[in-house]
Order: sequence, then structure tokens, then C-alpha cells
Amino acid sequence: MLNININGMDVKVEKGSTILEAANKIGLKIPTLCHIPEIQKIGACRMCLVDIEGNPKLQASCTTPVVDGMIVKTNTKKVRDTRKFVLELILSDHPTACLTCERNTRCELQTLAAELGVDIVPFRGATSSRGKDNDTLQLNYDGSKCIYCKRCETMCNEVQTVGAIFSQKRGFDSEVGTPFNLPFKDSVCTGCGQCVLNCPVGALKDNENIDEVWDAIYNPDKITVIQVAPSVRVTLGEEFGLKPGSIVTGKIFAAMRRMGFDHIFDTDFAADLTIMEEGYEFINRVKNGGTLPMITSCSPGWVNFIETFFPDLLPNLSTCKSPQQMQGAMVKTYFAEKMKLDPKKIVSISVMPCTAKKGEAKRPEMGRDGYSDVDIAITTREFAKMIRQSEIDFLNLPDEGPDDPIGISTGAGLIFGASGGVMEAALRTALEVIEGHEIKNVDYVGVRGLKLDGFKEATVSTQIDGNPVDVKVAVASGLGNARKLMEKVQAGEADYHFIEIMACPGGCIGGGGQPIPTTTEIRKQRIEGIYKGDKDMPIRKSHENPAIQVLYKEFLGEPNGHKAHELLHTHYTQQKYYENLKK
Amino acid sequence: MKFYRSHIILGMDTPSLLAGAKGVRDTLEKQLKEKNIVNEIRIVETGSLGYNGVSMIIYPEGIIYTGIKPEDIKELVEEHLIKGRPVKRLMAIESSQKDICAGKQEKLLDGQVRIVLKNAGSIDPENIIEYIAKDGYMALGKVLNENTPKEVIDIVKNSELKGRGGAAFPTGKKWEFTYNTESSQKYVICNADEGEPGTFKDRLIMEGDPHAVIEAMAICAYAIGANKGYIYVRGEYKLSIDRIKKAIKDAEEHNFLGENIFDSDFSFNIEVCLGGGAYVCGEETALIESIEGKRGEPRLKPPYPPVCGLFGKPTIVNNVETLANIPQIILNGSDWFKKLGVKGSAGTKVFTILGDINEKGLIEVPMGISLKEVFENIAKGTRSGKKVKFAHIGGSSGNIVPFNNFDIKLDLNTLASSDLTHGSGVILFVSEDIHINDYLKSVAKFFKHESCGKCTPCREGTFRIYQFMEKLNKKEGKKSDISKMKDLCKVMKNASFCGLGQAAVNPFLDAMTHFEKEMMEGVKEGKK
Amino acid sequence: MTCCNVDVGKILKEYSEEKGNLMEILHKIQNSSKENYICDDCMKKISDYTKLPLNKLYGVTSFYTMFSNKKRGKYVIRMCESCPCHVLGAEAVINSFVDELGIKVGETTKDGKFTLEHCACLGLCAVAPAVMINEDVHGNLKPEMVKDIIAKYE
Repeated sequence: MLNININGMDVKVEKGSTILEAANKIGLKIPTLCHIPEIQKIGACRMCLVDIEGNPKLQASCTTPVVDGMIVKTNTKKVRDTRKFVLELILSDHPTACLTCERNTRCELQTLAAELGVDIVPFRGATSSRGKDNDTLQLNYDGSKCIYCKRCETMCNEVQTVGAIFSQKRGFDSEVGTPFNLPFKDSVCTGCGQCVLNCPVGALKDNENIDEVWDAIYNPDKITVIQVAPSVRVTLGEEFGLKPGSIVTGKIFAAMRRMGFDHIFDTDFAADLTIMEEGYEFINRVKNGGTLPMITSCSPGWVNFIETFFPDLLPNLSTCKSPQQMQGAMVKTYFAEKMKLDPKKIVSISVMPCTAKKGEAKRPEMGRDGYSDVDIAITTREFAKMIRQSEIDFLNLPDEGPDDPIGISTGAGLIFGASGGVMEAALRTALEVIEGHEIKNVDYVGVRGLKLDGFKEATVSTQIDGNPVDVKVAVASGLGNARKLMEKVQAGEADYHFIEIMACPGGCIGGGGQPIPTTTEIRKQRIEGIYKGDKDMPIRKSHENPAIQVLYKEFLGEPNGHKAHELLHTHYTQQKYYENLKK
Repeated sequence: MKFYRSHIILGMDTPSLLAGAKGVRDTLEKQLKEKNIVNEIRIVETGSLGYNGVSMIIYPEGIIYTGIKPEDIKELVEEHLIKGRPVKRLMAIESSQKDICAGKQEKLLDGQVRIVLKNAGSIDPENIIEYIAKDGYMALGKVLNENTPKEVIDIVKNSELKGRGGAAFPTGKKWEFTYNTESSQKYVICNADEGEPGTFKDRLIMEGDPHAVIEAMAICAYAIGANKGYIYVRGEYKLSIDRIKKAIKDAEEHNFLGENIFDSDFSFNIEVCLGGGAYVCGEETALIESIEGKRGEPRLKPPYPPVCGLFGKPTIVNNVETLANIPQIILNGSDWFKKLGVKGSAGTKVFTILGDINEKGLIEVPMGISLKEVFENIAKGTRSGKKVKFAHIGGSSGNIVPFNNFDIKLDLNTLASSDLTHGSGVILFVSEDIHINDYLKSVAKFFKHESCGKCTPCREGTFRIYQFMEKLNKKEGKKSDISKMKDLCKVMKNASFCGLGQAAVNPFLDAMTHFEKEMMEGVKEGKK
Repeated sequence: MTCCNVDVGKILKEYSEEKGNLMEILHKIQNSSKENYICDDCMKKISDYTKLPLNKLYGVTSFYTMFSNKKRGKYVIRMCESCPCHVLGAEAVINSFVDELGIKVGETTKDGKFTLEHCACLGLCAVAPAVMINEDVHGNLKPEMVKDIIAKYE
């Protein structure tokens, strides 16, 4: 342990701690902008400067390691004046039209300006000429607001290893962008949205579809059908001041009804359906010598990633559509048939934790007869915005439920929202189907939890056709971890049967469309919420969902049967990148 | 080996070529042919001799001629080479001529002493034999045969040699850090990314005496336990790159580089890396990033390169001039070196003297010479005849010294006590016809262009300073601009990530101290 | 593997991360191009060969001023505007180039012959003010000399 004195207070910290971490320990909140705890330490924004005794220059507390006996002051006049000055410099190249900015009242820069008491920006003049991108389905970029903190760059390169964006040019012209400033959609961007989630200002934001949703609601010729993804119920509350992980399922349905949606469903139902299809697909592959390991395909950021970087592994990818698409497909076929609705009049809307879902919904293979399974996908953040636009007092809403006949769901569907959840839900169903009897303990805790670096592994013993088999599974979240796992598979070093991948760290609860901020700590709390919700569910296995059973009986036939294949499965194609660049 | 009775060393560097060196050479060749003495006289083309115009030295007499024109050649050949009578009107300076070949402590003109530039101009840089003939690679042989690595470090430490790149960190101490860091792989990097406006000393050393750099790197590698070296040269320095590459090839052929050098266990190889036009790459960690094929943005420190540098391994980064001192220190000893210069500032320093002066060029002087002496004795006053206004020393990031303060001595201690630095050794004399705002605008433009953009104070600050200077220069400034700029400079000095942003403000702070009144002339009337 | 009439594949064979020669490779490819630039397809080829993702490679080429991803003239005129040149009249010389060629700094003449660029100190201060045209040095310049210099280039 090292001793450090901060503002006259003695603190003991572990070796390797930074001054910032030491200051946090005694309740100090040193301002930062470029810092992402545990992920990015670059000391570039210079907001967190502190005065270290014996050092004539101020030092960045986020990067300076504690040395035993260090004496630090974080609140001298020099420190405060300098921090304010640095902030003013950032503001000198940042628009001040806060009122009309997406991030108004929820912007880190705005908050700091208020905290440090910036009343006037002393430097004005030319501003940098960074680009804009309004041309990409998943996100929207406005370089004029960029403060060059490089948080997006680190998420894209270090955490996700996608490599769509990077620092370019230098000096005052520096910007983070795609190669040759191509639109994001023409780069290797997977649409995962981790850059959006980590942008402290409004430079990266959702490509909003709110207006289209309102138009559909107001259009008397359209029938609006909405679904909400599992993880949204443990995160949406944060937008209204609740603690991360608070479960607001009932209020979500109540809000949807008051906003005027015609039919309200829960994606958890489709998650159960996914488990039926994916579970049976898995059993088939194991029994009939299909391509193993089988890899999940629920996460559209991940699907884009494997199509781009590991096309040789596409045969390993489950052919199942994601829950969003399955729900959409069932709405426009089964539900439409049952209710005698014209599927072309239905506007299928989804509330997703995800920016990549916007891209998935627009895939041409996801639909039939000229209509799409899902027409509009909006993020948790957009949905929260719509609630605010609807004069709804969210926190005081009663708890309501979704509509019939596809409104029932299980704990298995709910845990899709966290990394390891799809795997656990699949095991709950697959093992019972394989063994043909009920399995009492359905908590596969080995695959749960937030693992930021590396992946989770588990082995489950079962019997197939009377022979003992150890089913080996692996779970990774975050595309960087996925890459490591896929490289292992490519090298033939992985003898897994089943792999679950989610594009975002921690799974959908850490998705690119979730409330900001999303920190490691917040991810953990949301995961707790998910598993608490699961525990409280009366039914916890997908195949026991009575609505699912009816659906197969009335409409689909057998899992993996002909009709199920037609409606609930898809195919993948390699995404070639940076082809045909201009000379 | 063929015997020549005279050698003519002819400067063929860029400035000499521009001054017509090619014509002089052609005429000379023609004359030698005409007089039928081609077989007796050898012409050696070399880099800069450190004089203005076309210059040559004729050995064995060691007489220096400068400002030569093709029409002078006939007289030179007839008088000097045939009759043995030096042509006084072309001689650089008559009185000191005798000292030129006087051995190791070659006294040169006007108080210059040449260690670093010992060979530059007196040997053919593309011929390794000539370097060897001048005790070249003797220092390397000596340390490999006689000294342990620790002893080499002690010699360098005792010499009190300090880095000549600008930061003046004790070289021996730096080496010791790396020596003490255990690693199976270590690197030596020669920083030849000379980018400070006004500096070209490293270019001349590389063009004139490339083997000295290579030898020094090998000595350093032996001392710290490295087996691989990199020379990072500015991309624009085409001739330096070619000369260094040729020298490496020749050294490899003579086994001064490669496996088991001098039949010892020591092996060492050097790669040449090219810059791409980025001043910030002179910062050692940015340079390391650049060698690794990345953007030249400075790294976080600690860890420092001697502990964790190139490819994560312990790495020494030394400036060209620093390294060029090493073989001489090894051969002549630490005490010899310390005696040159003054206490705390051992050895000599190469300065480039520029601007509105009569004698522009490169000088090597013992530490401790005063700025006034440089201006009056070496630069010989302003060329325009106008009054000198200030000297900007150390390059664009250096300090502005007004004429009244020209008594200051140019050694590390004195400079440091006045909060000044000689940086990379540029002394730019500016006369009174240049307005301070015009000058500072040019400085500001440089830093705006060269800031890497990583940290806020430097990225935004260099740009805002440029804006202020642009306004002041157009006489559209406000009175408050100057005080705002002063605050901005202080913040940049205190809060910037690396030395670029911290030092970029030096000239502005100095100007605001010494020339505030003149800067105020840029304020538009009535603007607060 | 050729692109822009440059044998990119041959040059890339010299690449080795260990040697730290990415920059030299980029210089070589650019210098081999008639238009003094590295085109986007070349960039992709370099990225594929070196395994350096294209976003990072573009980050590198856009950082260093000597590299260009846009077509430039056969001759690139780099005009020094640092202090040692500035105090000896660089601005007038630069303006003379601008006037003579009828283009702004950063632009290329219509016939694709010349590109004008500002640059930081070239280390030619002994002959300030100076410019470099490709690898040729021109020093001790005066505005009235510019016309003749330009005329020398075919």
C-alpha cells in the first residue's frame, strides 16, 4: 500500500493506483472528459489536472500513478483557474447552441461548464471544419461538436476491435473519423453504438426514428404494433432518475398504451421462440454432425462483425433470426392472420437497447411479400424521449401487461438481456429436451456475469441417446473478446459445442442504445436487475411458455419445421469492405 | 595507395551548390588537366565546411578559401598549387590559419573548437577509409577491447555530457537507466528528426561525418546491452538519408557493424527510419511511435523510454550531436571534455547562426561564449546595417533575447538560471525592421501547423495564439487580446501534455515581457 | 499487385514491422506515383499487406504532412515559411509563386504540373528563403527569381 496526502487528508491506495482513483476514495470528484475508467487512460483533455508538491507543472491525475509520500492539492486557485481555462479552450471550438442539442441537460461538457462556473467563452473565432454523417442507419455524427476526447476511438479499436474510426489529421484539424471520411455505412462499422454510448457530448448520437413512429401512430390507416426488448426494462428507469437495474416492465406497457400504440407485445416472447428454434437447431447439429461450435446470432452488431471479419465461420452461425425479427415475423403473419389484419398496414416497431437493430430491421432478407418483419427500431434513449414528449408521468404509472395472444414470456426470455443469458436459456430448454425429463436446477451461474476481458467457459454433463456427453460452452461479450474467441476457433484450439456472443460488453444491458452513462458499475447493477427479474418469474423455461406451445400447435408446427424455417430463420453473406475505393 | 601531393576538400553541400560549387569544380578539373597536374592533386567533395559561399580547404597546408568563383580558379591553381603561394585575398582569415591542423584540439576561426564537426568538411563522408584514417572506429575498438559496459557508462557520466537536443539531460545517466533495466532486447535510437526551425546541424553532421554517428551508436549499444539501433531521419533530408545508408553499408562490410564486431561477442545492426514531416516526432516518445508505424503522438510518461520504449523495450534516444561527441570523449577522456566549456556545461556546442547577419552558418564553440561575442565576432553584425533588435535562441520554441541582454553567456547553467534554453542551438538575429507582431505571427503559424492535437491546451492554444497574432499583425487587435494571450501561454506552459505545447509559448511570453509596447501597436484604436 | 502504375507489391515486400520501415514504404510508394500521392486503392493494398487496419493507416498518412491521399502535381513545391525564411522575405517569395502559378497554396495547377504547399523548416536556413521542388533545393530566393525557376520544370 502507498500513502498519499490529498488536500491534507491521508489516503492509502494499492500500488499502481492513479491520483484520480485515490481522490475518488475520499469522495472527491475530479472532473474528467477523456477518461473511461478501466478502459482509456490517455491524459489528453487536461481537465483533471492537480498540483503535486515539488512539480512546477500541473499533472493529469487520471494518468499519474501515486508515489509513496506524494502530496497533492486538487483545489488550489492555480488548479481551478487552469481547469476552467482548459474548459474554456474546449468551448472555444464547440457550438454553444445547447438548447437545440440532443444532449441538452445530459451533456458532460455542459455539466462541467456549469460546475466550473464558465460564464463567458473568452476565445472566439474560427472553428474546426470536421465533417458530418447523416447517411448511416445506426448513428449520426456531427464533428462540429466533437471535443476530441477519443473515447469513441478507444471503444471502436481497443474494446470492440472493429476499427471503423481513428484519429486523423493533426493539430486544430484533428478529428476522429472513418478512413477517407467515408460515411460510416461504407466503413467496417458494425453499428454497435459503443461510440455513441461513450460520447460525452452530442457529436455521436442515435440516428433518430422518433418522428416516423409518431407519424405511424397518428396515421389512421396504419396499425402500430410495438415490442420491447428484455434489457430495456432494467435500464429505462435510469432515464427517469431510477437506480440502474430497477425493473419497470409494467410501466413500459402502461406508457405504450397511453402513447397510442394499437398492440403491445414483449420481445421476451420472441426470445422464448428463439430458444425453441435455436435449441432444436443445436440438438440437431450435435446429433447429426452439423457444424460446431454453433454460435448465437441474436446480436446484429455481432452478425455484422462475423460477416465482415470471419466470413469463413458463417456456417457456424445459428440460422435463427434474432428475437426482434422473430417477433416482427410473428406479428405480421400469425398475429395478422389471427386478427384478420392486412400485414401491409401493420407498422412493426421495436424498442431496443441497440443501435445495430436499426440496421438489422432494414436487411432485405428480413421480410416477405414486400414488407419487413420490423419497420422501425428505436433505442431505449429514443423511447425515453418519446415518453417525455407524451406528457406521461412515467414514475407514477400503474403496472400493466402486454396484449394477447403473444404476451406471455418466461425468465429464459428475460435473461437474453445479459451476457450469458441466451446460453443459459438455451441450456434450460435443450438439456430437458435431450434428456426427456425435468431438470430442477436451472441456474447456470458459470455463464453469468460481466467479464470485460476474455470469455466465460462452462461444461455441462448430459446424455445424448444414452451416451454421456460433456457439452462445452463459451460466452463472450464485447467484440474484442469475440475476436479472440473466433481466432481460437479458427486455429482449431476450441472444442466448444456452443458459443454465445453479444457485441456489447455485458450484453444488451450495455448496448449501444442504452441510457448514458453506461459504466462498468452501471452494467453490473443492470445485470443484477435481469437475474432478479428471472428469479421472480413464474415460468423460467422457454418450452414451458404456454403461448409458445399454442403458437407451434396452431401455426408453426414443429420447431425447425418447414414453416418455422421460412419465417424464423435467415442466411448470412460475407460483407466485403473497402472494395472499389476511388482511385 | 596512390600518392597525391595535395588534397582539395571542396564543400558541395546544398548552400555551396547554390552558390555555384559545381561551376567551381568543373573549372578546377579543367585547370588541373590543362596544367597537367591531375595525377598530383586530388579533389574530395564533401559536405558543408561551415563557411559562406563556395569554400575549399587545401591540404597539407590546411588553408581555407571561401567565396570562390570559377574565375578565381586559374589564379588559385597557378599561385597555390604550382608556385606554393597562398592567395591571400581568398583566404578565410589569415591569422589563424596555422592552427587548423594542430592536432586534436583543433582551434578554428574566431574561437571555434571542433569536436563534433571535427571531420565534417575535412574527409570524404562517403569513404569509410578516410574516417578510419582520422582515428575512426578507434573508440569503438578501444571500448570493446579495454572497457566493460559499466566503465563506458562511467566515462560518459564523468564527462558530464548533456543531451544536445534541447532538454539537456545528462547522457551518462540516461544510459545508466537502460543499463540497469534488465531485458533481453534493448534499442539505441539516434534522433535525427531535426525540425526546429533554423536548425541544420544534425544534417551537416550526417552529411559530413556519418560514421561518427554510427560509431557512437555502437558504443552506446555496447554500454547498455543493445544489439539493434535505429536512425530516425527527417524525410526531407534526402542527402543525409543516402549518406547514412551508404555509411551503414560500408561499416557492415568492415565489420564495424554486424556480428561479432572486432571479434568480440558484441553484435549490432542499424536500420534507417524516415520521418514524414512532423515536428512533434522530435519528442522522443512520438519518434518511437513513428518508428512503430503510428501517428507521431507523444506517449504518457512514465514509463520513460530508457525503461520502456520502442516495442515496449528499454530504449535510448540520443540526438545526433550528442552522439557525435561520444567517440572523442572515449578517445580523449572525460577530463579533456570537461575542460572544454565551463563548469556544469562540458564540451562544445554547435550553433546555427542565422538571420540578418554577415556570416551565416554553423559554428562549434565552447560552452560559455556570450551572445554578444557570437553576434559581433562570428556573425559580424547585421548584413543590412540596421540595428539588431533581438536574437531568438534555441529555435522557434526558444527564447527571445533583446539586444540589451546580449551579454548573456550561452552555457546551460547561465541560461537555465535566466529560465532560458539553447534548445537545439539556433541563434536567429532579427533586425529592427521586422515588427515583433509580424515575427510572432510566423512563430505562431509554425506551432499551429505542428501541434499534434492530442491535448487540449496545445491543440486549441496554438490555434488561438495564431488568431491573436494574425489580428495584432493586421492592427485589428484588442487591448485585452494581449492579456488573454498571456494567460493562455501560462496555461499552455503548465498544462500541456508534452514539451511541444509547454515550450511553444516561450517566445510569446518573452515578447510580452520585452516588447509589450510594440505589440500594443497592433491594437486597433479604441478597442479595449 | 500494381496500382497507379506503381508496383505496390514489390515495394511492400521490403516491409517489416521490426525494421520500423512503414514510413519509408509509404514514401517509396508515393514517390513512385506520377501524381505524388498514395491513392485509396494503394492504401487498401498496404493495409492488407501490413495488417495495419485502414482506419489506422489513414490516421498515419493524414498525420504526416509529406504524405498525400489526394492527387498532386508532377512537381510539389514546398515553400518554407518558418521564421528564418520569414525574416528574410519568404512571404513575398511565396506570394510570387502563388501569382505566377495562379493557384492558392494547397492547390494543383490545371495541367497537373505543380502543387503548392506550405511547409515547416526544411533545414535550408543557410540559404533562406528557400523552397524545395520535389528533391531540388532553391535558396536565397527573391520574388523576381520565381518565374525562371518555374520555367525550368518541364
